[in-house]
This record gives sequence, C-alpha cells and structure tokens, in this order.
Amino acid sequence: MKKYVCSLCGYEYDPAEGDPDHGVKPGTPFDLLPATWVCPLCGAGKEEFEAAE
Amino acid sequence: MAPVEIRKDLFWVGTADFGCRNFHGYSLAPRGTSYNAYLLRDEKTVLFDTVQAHAAPALLRHLEEIVPAEKVDYIVVNHLEQDHAGALDEMVRRCRPEKIFCSAPGAKSMAGYFDTRDWPVQTVKTGDSISTGRRHVSFVETRMLHWPDSMFSYIPEEKTLISNDAFGQNIASSFLYADQAERSDLSAAVEEYFYNIVLPFSSQVLKTLDLAAELKLDIELLAPDHGLIFRTPEDVAFILAKYRELALQKPRKKALIFYDTMWQSTGQQALAIADGLSEADVPYRIMFLKNHHHSEVMTALASCGAVIAGSPTHNNGLLPLVVAMLTYMKGLRPQNRLGGAFGSYGWSGEAPGQIADILGSMKMEQPAPPLKCLYKPKKEDLEAARALGRSIGRELAARCAV
Repeated sequence: MKKYVCSLCGYEYDPAEGDPDHGVKPGTPFDLLPATWVCPLCGAGKEEFEAAE
Repeated sequence: MAPVEIRKDLFWVGTADFGCRNFHGYSLAPRGTSYNAYLLRDEKTVLFDTVQAHAAPALLRHLEEIVPAEKVDYIVVNHLEQDHAGALDEMVRRCRPEKIFCSAPGAKSMAGYFDTRDWPVQTVKTGDSISTGRRHVSFVETRMLHWPDSMFSYIPEEKTLISNDAFGQNIASSFLYADQAERSDLSAAVEEYFYNIVLPFSSQVLKTLDLAAELKLDIELLAPDHGLIFRTPEDVAFILAKYRELALQKPRKKALIFYDTMWQSTGQQALAIADGLSEADVPYRIMFLKNHHHSEVMTALASCGAVIAGSPTHNNGLLPLVVAMLTYMKGLRPQNRLGGAFGSYGWSGEAPGQIADILGSMKMEQPAPPLKCLYKPKKEDLEAARALGRSIGRELAARCAV
C-alpha cells in the first residue's frame, strides 16, 4: 500500500500504521481515509497529500 | 516609538528592531524588523502576542504606559515562534493573566518552550469567540501559515484583524502605517517576507483568503506582527490582493540566472545565456552567489518565471554556495517555474546534470538539456549557452505576457 506525504509539513501517512489516535485502523489505505481526516501534525486536508516517491 | 492607539482602546505596544539584519538565522533583513504586540483595554485587558526575548523590557515599558502589567487579564498567543513569544514567560510572570489563549497545536509548542504546568492555558479553534466586555475577540486557525499553531485574532467591533506573521514585512520604522511608506519599498518588503517564509504554504494562503471571505470578516484595520499596519481601504485591498497574487505564483516573464564560478568559465556561460534571453525578449536578473545571499536570490524569484542555475564541477559535484541555494529554494517549494542548468568542467562534468536533477525534483520543466562546457567557453560553447537562454526564454514568453 502506498504511503502519502503531507506537502505542508512533511508528515508521512503509512497505511500499515494508520492513524489510531484519530480512529484510523492500521491497514487503512489512504484512499479509504474519510474526507474529514486531516494531517495529525499540521491539520492539512487530504488534498494536500501526495503519493510518496 | 511610543505606544500608538490604532483604534479606540487598542494600542500598538511592540518594538522596532533597527539593528536586526539576520532574521531567524537564515534570511537577511536589510530594513531591520519589528515585533508588533497589541493591547486591548476593555472591561478585560488583553495582550495580543509579545516580542523577542531581548525586547521584553521595551514591551513592558510600552504596556505600562497604558495599564500596569498586573491589570492584563488575558494573553492571546497567535504563534509560538520566539520573535513573538520569546517574552511570554516574562509577561506571564508580570501580568499573572487569568487566561492564556492559543490554538491546540499552540499549547503543544508552548509546552515545548516553557514550563506551562501552572499557566492558565485555554485552547481555542476557528469560530471560538471570547468577550472582553464591550467587544469580542474571535479566532481563526491558520495552520501552517506558517506553523501548525498559527492563528488570527479578529475584533469585530473594531473591524480589526491581528494576523500574526501573515501580511508581515521586515521593516523597522519610526512610523506605523503602510500609507506612510513608499509603496514600491513596502511591496518589495512584502515580497521578501513572502518568498523567504510563506511561499511553501501558498495553498494555505489561498484557503485562508477564501475563508476570510467566507467568514465575512469586515477588515478596516489589518495589523500583522511584523512591519507596517494597513489602515486605509486601499491598503487593506492592496495587501489581500498582493497575497493572492504571490500565492498563485502565475508565471512571470523574467528569468533568474544564479551561479558560482572558479575561473569565470561558468560566469561567461551565464552572460551568454542572458544574451539568449534578450533575443527572446525576456528580461533577466543575474546573481553571482558570492555577492548575493540565498535569501536575496529567493526574493528576486518573486518576479521570475524561470530559474537557470550554474556551477562548475568541483570534486565531482557542485560548489557549496550552489548546493546551499538549491537546498534553500527547494524547501521553499516554488511552483510553476521553468528551469535550466549549466556549468564548466575539466574532466568529469557532473554538476549541470546534478542541478537539473534538483530542479526536476522541484517539478521545474526544463526546455533545454543541462549544458556543460569543457574548461573554458569557446565560440561554440557560448553559442550553445545563448541557445539555451533563447529556448528557455521563448518557452517562458509563450506562457506569459508579462
């Protein structure tokens, strides 16, 4: 599963880890994150993320 | 400068730093800077932001011309960076505020800088509002404009927006308002600040401008935490439009050439590239990195739609000033630029290709392949350099009228 990087602050979303602090289970692909999910570091929306190289 | 009443019962109590030349350790500030703090004297007395630690005595002196420090009820911390929050612990000690307001990420940064365990910190989010008696302060989070903690404070009864670093400029001055400055100098200072600090967060700027419109913030006075305050309808419109323009980063018909050189071979290539740009009717700026600090080069980029970078090959790589420049530029994430790479070499010649790779990683389209020249430019090398300038110039001219 592809990792995604926040273009504002550099946070990397790793689907293997998810974002358990905000109710996202490990194994959740980026595409399946709810539209309301925001970067846990800086609050940027999903649209600010780019696929990691 | 003594405190200034900028609206009824709202005072500027900051300090100008005429001696500052190195802003935050990475960017030049040829005009100095200022740390603007504001005091609202209502039924509750509110201090908005503080100053850099060394200027704490001046802030305290200014504040106490209006009220004794212990009369301050609330401190609003719009941003924790130390040019605005460096005097926070001193002010908390002196004022013993009933509450300290900041964003949720602000509370984290605050605890990272200070021992806040006994501080009456209350976090706020966009839409939250507090009463000060006859007025209100409402908060707008502006995350990553330019830290996660950043926020605006808006006083609707005074139609005043305290915008922290957004809309700021590094200007130390004996006057306080934008309409008292030369417009061209003010505009240059806005570009300098934007291009060295705010640029990576251009998308947040556009969202924030849209949000301000959506929230119907009626702004008569726009008061940033650095530099001059915007108080006329023309000036408020000017700075909002200027920010939108800078954040959009539409291509501009001008090219920026920067380079370093050892024996002038790369320098001669730079001049020939400039000739090619002239042929394409594209204005240019040439900056020799031994004469220009990386932040000056970034400021120059504000009016340029193309970046053409040169370095001789030195020990199979780039000269250090070129590496520094490209690293700094890449972090500031300029958008919508064309790129070009050049440089002389003696035997291996890796530098232009390495530059091209870095420009490519900044998503700069490169109309011409990286150009290298053996030892010293001969007639054909200068022609090739001119052709590179011409092809970048023509491509740029095709994309923008001005």
